[in-house]
Amino acid sequence: MENLVYGYVAAGISAALTVIGAAYGISKLAAATMEASGRQPEVAGQVRFSMIIAAALIEGVTFFALVICIILATK
Amino acid sequence: MFITLLDSLYQQPIIHAVRDSVVVDTLRHAGAATGHGGSEGNVFTQLLNHLLDSRDIEFQPFTHFSFPQFPTVHIFGLTIDLSITKHVFYMWIAALVLIAIAVTAARQNRKRRVPTGIGNLIEIIIVFIREEIVLPNMGQEGMKYISYLLTTFFFILTMNLLGLIPYGVSSTGNISITAGLAIVAFCMIQVAAIRKQGFRNYLAHLTGGVHWALWPILIPIEIIGLFTKPFALCIRLFANMTAGHLVLVSLAGLIFMFRSYAIAPASVLFMLGINLLEFLVALLQAFIFTILTALFMGIGIQGGHEEENSY
Repeated sequence: MENLVYGYVAAGISAALTVIGAAYGISKLAAATMEASGRQPEVAGQVRFSMIIAAALIEGVTFFALVICIILATK
Repeated sequence: MFITLLDSLYQQPIIHAVRDSVVVDTLRHAGAATGHGGSEGNVFTQLLNHLLDSRDIEFQPFTHFSFPQFPTVHIFGLTIDLSITKHVFYMWIAALVLIAIAVTAARQNRKRRVPTGIGNLIEIIIVFIREEIVLPNMGQEGMKYISYLLTTFFFILTMNLLGLIPYGVSSTGNISITAGLAIVAFCMIQVAAIRKQGFRNYLAHLTGGVHWALWPILIPIEIIGLFTKPFALCIRLFANMTAGHLVLVSLAGLIFMFRSYAIAPASVLFMLGINLLEFLVALLQAFIFTILTALFMGIGIQGGHEEENSY
């Protein structure tokens, strides 16, 4: 019974850490995009395009960790 | 667009080889684990059936019919179950919808110089994919693969969007279906690289130009690296779709957990917001799958020539 409790605690903590990591990465990305768009508005479209791709890659990694958390929380 | 139909026919054996996949088991465990609350476990399990694959299809207050079941096939020690389930059925519906739309659009565009109506809409999307995805990443060489990339984009988009209509199910929420798409993407990436560089150069790139003593270390790493990219594509699409619908199901289940009608307006408002977000995620995930496949194919194509692209 004890081991199950540790599993739930681990799932909760790891989900929170995953979200912290993803939010930090994507926020740095968004900040760089805003700055670049402000400096040079004519490339704002291309920069936004690359930002979306990078954000999706970061979120892809986040979802790996999230799937593992869900598996941990329900087994 | 016959590629769409072939795609859906090829993916069927793969779908049921992993019928009892890990995530299906865990979601079922989740339903059972809350079951010792009694009635709320049953409700959660019923709500979860919206996400999971099942052998019959229910239109809740009305009908409920079962699909034909085929006996399991034993090949090479694997047990493959080729019976039709809900996700497979919706994948076929997506394929049929897509064939209808594409044939109509092509016919309209053939008749008129300036496209109007649905031909116009499809042409806007096709031109966007050609100008932003294929040409910058793969150059002129990429026009050979544009029909595969267009099929991928429209097929994933249709499957994702079908989950957002009432009584609809996102077939991409099944890991076997996204695994099938990722396997096809893997094959196309290798085909693009081999066709451009030749088989010997392709193998040479696997060694990476280091001293031959390092090859036993480097080659397994490179081969694993070949497989991680489509694996990430598979998991990204599957997890995005399933997570979105899981949030929707959980918000609906909140009403049952609190057992009062007072929570219903807040819950439904949140569900509306998440549903609109799901539209964005559906479009974005189809786009991301397509552009990452194009990017990997472009890396394979340019590995032979080391030329700069327009970025």
